[in-house]
Amino acid sequence: MGGTRVLVGTRKGAFVLTSDEQRRDWEVSGPFFPGWEVYHVKGSPIDPQRMWAAPSGGWFGQVIQRSDDGGLTWEPVGNDFTYDGVPGEHQWFDGSMRPWAFNRVWHLEPSLHDVDTLYAGVEDAALFKSVDAGATWHELSGLRQHDTGRQWQPGAGGMCLHTIVQHPTDADRLYVAISAAGAFRTTDGGQTWQPINKGLRSGEIPDQDSEVGHCVHRIDLHPAEPDVLYMQKHWDVLRSDDAGDSWHEVSGNLPSDFGFPVAVHAHEPRTVYVVPITSDSQHFPPDGRLRVYRSRTGGDEWEALTTGLPQENCYVNVLRDAMAVDQHASCGIYFGTTGGQVYASSDSGDSWAPIVRNLPAVLSVEVQTLP
Amino acid sequence: MSEAVEVILPSHLSSLARLEGSTVRLDVAGPVTQRAVLDALEARFPMLTGTVRDRGTAQRRAFVRFFACGQDLSHESPDAPLPERVARGEEPFMVVGAMAGG
Repeated sequence: MGGTRVLVGTRKGAFVLTSDEQRRDWEVSGPFFPGWEVYHVKGSPIDPQRMWAAPSGGWFGQVIQRSDDGGLTWEPVGNDFTYDGVPGEHQWFDGSMRPWAFNRVWHLEPSLHDVDTLYAGVEDAALFKSVDAGATWHELSGLRQHDTGRQWQPGAGGMCLHTIVQHPTDADRLYVAISAAGAFRTTDGGQTWQPINKGLRSGEIPDQDSEVGHCVHRIDLHPAEPDVLYMQKHWDVLRSDDAGDSWHEVSGNLPSDFGFPVAVHAHEPRTVYVVPITSDSQHFPPDGRLRVYRSRTGGDEWEALTTGLPQENCYVNVLRDAMAVDQHASCGIYFGTTGGQVYASSDSGDSWAPIVRNLPAVLSVEVQTLP
Repeated sequence: MSEAVEVILPSHLSSLARLEGSTVRLDVAGPVTQRAVLDALEARFPMLTGTVRDRGTAQRRAFVRFFACGQDLSHESPDAPLPERVARGEEPFMVVGAMAGG
């Protein structure tokens, strides 16, 4: 019987939650890196014993930690995220220009294709790559140096590169998303990049056809249909059927199309999950009811999943990296909240139960399906 | 070469450096200044590089303070000599996380 390991990053450390394939009983270990803000923890899809964490904080900056034993022990690795060349400037909220300055790592993405390769998305927005398991990093600066780079500006959370999506078979093809610049695609391993924001509609910017300026929150895909992308934007849930060349809205009957995460079912490429949030200023579920919404049709038609989730007086948020799916035959869905709960479903979302209730605010949730 | 300088680290950094406690003694080459002490600290504990001062500019991180002999030395020049008692290893050089919670 296979196992299940959930990696949780929180405002005050990381936690590892383990269970078997039944996913009824869970063991909680941690906190690892207590006191550090852990924006992301993620394991290698090639060697599940290897994983990386990105603890940071206002006092002491950024460190990166690696485990080679499934999270039992950790070693600090490289934390030098120096931009390539002269960093240049980007827009600030008031229209003035600010120099690019590294603040923190938001997202780590271990390669699907090489066990020593991983990517880091950072604030101020840039993409870094390591080919030595995190010992050293180099910037894929073609992204930051894109012609539109000087127009990028921060969203409320900072100007962060928070989403990195890999093509399942083509190692040179990546998608990234930046708040608030938009989505970008490379087909040459990160040397050159193309904005892929056609069809996005963002009321917060004056030109709806603008190449950049959109606040994309999260993108996901299913490996069986790698040209079909799902996006949760600041407002709107969207789908692309042409690898990002164009997008169309699939918010359909959602009670709110604002939200942060979007995730695709492990075995059903057209089954998609989002967590509607009331609005940009009210980061909690509509009506105080925590509902995951599932579409089995690639969007547009959504059903509320409520069994086991609080349906009154719930005012937590679910952040962009805080939802994940496992690969078990009966697909498991996991998400964490800013209230410190991690919920799990072992039946594709039909029913839910909390794994743990009282962690610090959850920033990220990833899951490993173990042999 | 001075006597070993005693440096006290905050818990975040002593954990990161895998210290048993919060104190480390460093041999500091040449005049004992903030820069010389931090150079020696980072040489012995490379994982602390970038956590006390900016990796590129060597500026003290905003929410880090340096105390010694009852004084706040945070705004002193990094090349100013530290107090004699620090240089002689009689008083510690303290790296402190600033009073900023959350």
